[in-house]
Amino acid sequence: MLRLERVSAAYGRIQALRDVSLEVPAGSVVALLGANGAGKTTTLRVISGLLRPTAGAVYFDGRRIDRLPPEAIVRLGVAHVPEGRQVFADLTVGENLILGAYARRDRRNISADLERVFNLFPVLRERRKQLAGTLSGGEQQMLAIGRALMARPRLLLLDEPSLGLAPMVVREIFRTIRRINADGTTVLLVEQDANRALQVAHTAYVLRTGQVVLAGPAAELRRNEALRRSYLGY
Amino acid sequence: MAEGQLLSLAQQVVSGLSAGSIYALLALALVLIYQSTDVVNFAQGEMAMFTTFIAYTLLTWYGVPFLPAVALTLIFAFLLGYLVERVVVRPVEEAPALSVVIVTLGLYSIFNSVAGWVWGYVPKGFPSPIPGGTVRFFGLTVGLLDLWILGCALVIMVLLHLFLRRTTLGTAMRATAHNRTAARLVGIPVGRMLSLGWGLSAALGAVAGMLAAPKIFLEPNMMAGVLLYAFAGAVLGGLGSPFGAIAGGLLVGVIENLLGALVATELKAGLAFFMILAVLVVRPQGLFGTVRRRKV
Repeated sequence: MLRLERVSAAYGRIQALRDVSLEVPAGSVVALLGANGAGKTTTLRVISGLLRPTAGAVYFDGRRIDRLPPEAIVRLGVAHVPEGRQVFADLTVGENLILGAYARRDRRNISADLERVFNLFPVLRERRKQLAGTLSGGEQQMLAIGRALMARPRLLLLDEPSLGLAPMVVREIFRTIRRINADGTTVLLVEQDANRALQVAHTAYVLRTGQVVLAGPAAELRRNEALRRSYLGY
Repeated sequence: MAEGQLLSLAQQVVSGLSAGSIYALLALALVLIYQSTDVVNFAQGEMAMFTTFIAYTLLTWYGVPFLPAVALTLIFAFLLGYLVERVVVRPVEEAPALSVVIVTLGLYSIFNSVAGWVWGYVPKGFPSPIPGGTVRFFGLTVGLLDLWILGCALVIMVLLHLFLRRTTLGTAMRATAHNRTAARLVGIPVGRMLSLGWGLSAALGAVAGMLAAPKIFLEPNMMAGVLLYAFAGAVLGGLGSPFGAIAGGLLVGVIENLLGALVATELKAGLAFFMILAVLVVRPQGLFGTVRRRKV
């Protein structure tokens, strides 16, 4: 479904990704692991069009997307839940969700999708009229995911959904990720909590200083003690 | 207090509301551009003046009837704002806020001097669809033109509120002003939203200019004082809400008039600055604003 071919990217003169190739098969959950600064977030930014790669190509459904603006990529069916959630703090929860569907052309089904998001995250229904900035961190994460789902993505990019959240909330978020995937949405998950990510993922890639150093089925990586210690640090 | 004194005080308030309604109109344009692009446009008043001159030219040089002239002016103003954003503001959009402020100050003097060059500095009368007379309420004299301006300001306030809060486009514009990365990620074409914000607020400024011109006369510096008071009004009411802009603009007009009548006319000029400062120190979000949350 998604394929990166030898993608390199940079912020100014700082090289952030070097020759990254990876593949996300339809229907799967793929985890992207690595320490801080390894290039995980940069990879997602390249896929969603926020950052243009300096070399290489990104294909979605066989179509090259790395020269498209973000709004065109959303319309193709790729939604990005960014690092730090980035909800519209001064807008209500309801407005945030409605804007999630901004790129869509089929306006008719929006209320049904809103219902689906409210079923996934009942707390958002209660807080519908509240300003997003007044939500707790966990609720904002749910809103960010809900907003992305409103675009009806076929591929969901999740950047550190567990960052800074209480363990109980993290558990709930991961349960929801499983459910979203079971409903047919492919997921590319960036996580620092490798242990948790490997539990939901089918395959995983490990990044270090902008390069893929390891890839394989999640179950295998989980068993591989040495790799775990040297690359994942736990 | 004797009845005569009370009446004259009330008359001062009425005159203040009349001046204030013009501040309020321009303050609405400031609120619109702030809500849609997160920029305070110091050239807002000059763009309003410039587009009012376009209306004047259509009316008096080319003999275009009033309503078509207004319609053409609004279209011109929209395109002007749209293009200014595209050509002049866009290159500094990623730069620090100060750069954008400097650009709008530059636009201020460009529009001012071009208007002076084309139309000269002799004040010109501007036709009004409303007759010049006055009406009397409870012993107070109220100008028909003032009532017309105030009425228009209130209608625009309601329309602007509905646009920003109830339409998807207005919501998307606010979202763009607040968080551009997130706006991009949900598929909002951010560049087009910013151009639209400039275009719409320029059109709103043109309305303000055309409504004000019959009262304050048309000349290149007509908005210099108005912008300052409008800015004070917008800050006073809170840059975030159309209602605040109207209330703030009117309040500034009334305070200005009362201060001039009761204390000293000389103090009027400093008043706007004093009010801006006082509001920013005591209640930065304005009287009717809500606290703006910034994401880290």
